[in-house]
Amino acid sequence: MTSPLLTVNNLRTSFRSDRGTVRAVDGVSFTLNRGEILGLVGESGSGKSMTAMSIMRLIPEPPGSVEADELRFDGIDLLALSERQMLDVRAARIAMIFQDPMRSLNPVLSVGRQLTETLRRHLALDGAAARRRAIELLEMVGIPMAKSRLGAYPHEFSGGMRQRVMIAIALSCNPSLLIADEATTALDVTVQAQIVDLIKTLVKDIGASVIWISHDLGLVANLCDRVNVMYAGRIVESGPIRDVFYRPSHGYTLGLMSCTPRIDLVGERLRPIEGLPPDLSRPMTLCPFLPRCAHSVDRCRTERPALIEEQPAHWASCFADLTGSWRQTT
Amino acid sequence: MTYSSPSAETEIEIVRNETGRQLAFRQFLRNRAATVGLVCLLVICLVAIAAPLIAPFDPAAIKLSEKLRPPSLIHWLGTDHFGRDVLSRMIWGARISLSVGLTVVIFALATGVPVGLISGYTGGNTDNTLMRLMDGFLTFPPLLLGVAIVGLLGPDVQNVMLALGIVQMPVFARIVRSATLAVREETYITATRALGAGVGRIIGHILGNIMSAIVVQVTIGFSAAVIAEASLSFLGLGVQPPASSWGRDLSEARRFMNDAPWLFLAPTAAIMICVMSINFLGDGLRDALQPRSWRSHRPAAKEPNAT
Repeated sequence: MTSPLLTVNNLRTSFRSDRGTVRAVDGVSFTLNRGEILGLVGESGSGKSMTAMSIMRLIPEPPGSVEADELRFDGIDLLALSERQMLDVRAARIAMIFQDPMRSLNPVLSVGRQLTETLRRHLALDGAAARRRAIELLEMVGIPMAKSRLGAYPHEFSGGMRQRVMIAIALSCNPSLLIADEATTALDVTVQAQIVDLIKTLVKDIGASVIWISHDLGLVANLCDRVNVMYAGRIVESGPIRDVFYRPSHGYTLGLMSCTPRIDLVGERLRPIEGLPPDLSRPMTLCPFLPRCAHSVDRCRTERPALIEEQPAHWASCFADLTGSWRQTT
Repeated sequence: MTYSSPSAETEIEIVRNETGRQLAFRQFLRNRAATVGLVCLLVICLVAIAAPLIAPFDPAAIKLSEKLRPPSLIHWLGTDHFGRDVLSRMIWGARISLSVGLTVVIFALATGVPVGLISGYTGGNTDNTLMRLMDGFLTFPPLLLGVAIVGLLGPDVQNVMLALGIVQMPVFARIVRSATLAVREETYITATRALGAGVGRIIGHILGNIMSAIVVQVTIGFSAAVIAEASLSFLGLGVQPPASSWGRDLSEARRFMNDAPWLFLAPTAAIMICVMSINFLGDGLRDALQPRSWRSHRPAAKEPNAT
């Protein structure tokens, strides 16, 4: 068995603010194997993006602070790298795609320039070679007439096309890990499917692993091998896609799934999760989901559940027995 | 997974081989006022450069027998109270005005832009210190600060340039800082960092995005410097006689307003034309430098996946 590509052990990212320390990521641990697609789901503010930004070391320090017992990527201790060394890791080894393709390309530079800049920086290509490679990359992501579009500016592309350009840039240096932070959220559904397929094909070709951040459960179920469900800066449930979605073992996962429309339950009302996520600047001694949980048991009010392996490879931090609570498709 | 069809490709190649710069230029030419401004400014520049060749008379040659002559075929704009040719003085005055404007703007750019970039990008205490320093300069009314510096160093063109440059530096610094603050938070800057760009390249990306603000400020600063030089010279603090300056000539013409109106009309018109053409040019540049405002001259490429 080969060592995992990425090992995150007890990652803690916090921000100092006037109201105290906000623990955006509070002890997240997971591993990512080579060639694996890992989903990271949760609602806004649950720490998904912060986890990604912490791995990329893109959190501004101060006011932020990133600590971990272990943050190892392909044998490299990321936290021990200097900012200068980290520059060589970004894009070349770990690449990232952002949510809003309308705003993640520099509006005053042509897309060709933005592509070649990265190629020249990391692969030390000269101008002509970088240009050739840029055309190849644009063709690879399905941009028509790639050669003539090198000089075009981001505003001349549609949202889906821009996200393709972003993917081309992100994959230009054949990274081992691609972090897609809500990469398709801003796109409409048909384009979303194309982009997902494209990423799936391309990462398979270059053998990269993916961390797919999303709040779209259906998408994650389709794309990912495993999923981590995050709430209030922690992973509350983790496991293979099938196990998590067919046998949700945490009140929050169950709640999330109950508020997703299902085609087999037409006419039934969606059940939203009442309430709001907790204030992350307060210390939490109990399960952070307790005030909103519909399945809480007495034990929830006395101690905080640890993340335990309920089924083989299926972890959850919940005291309630949720077996049978999720209605299977009949 | 490519969608290119060879016929479309060749067709596109014929139609569009314009670079961004060419597109910006085209957009600029479409703005008539800006084009007129550019042409006027170019003419003034040429006149200033070729002053020794094209000025019909020596601007400082006193000929009392010819004093206060109205415009004629020999003296197109008449003569002043010393019998000096007004046209020649205007031509030589353009040299002073433009060189002051240019030097002031270059000085303000060289000092204000780095201060603003460092301030906006670094933030924190560096930002506070630099900006309070700039605020210090800004508390003085600009002309008064100019008067004070020239008064301290003595009336001289070089000192006028220095004084006006110091007056404009904080304005540039503040504009660059606020633009930097806005751009710094954009997703594409984070995305660029995620692609392994170092501080230098990030600053480059920021600079590219705030360029239009800087260019507009350059034109505003340039015309402000032309006016300020004229004002200081009008007050007797700038260019010293017998050298000619539009402001100085205007000040002397005041005394003969009733008898010789051409004397004050000429420098007034010169200042006005110069300042207005720079302002029009600035407006045009601002529009032209925004890639988003470029109207497409290229047939839109077919996008099978357009959102």
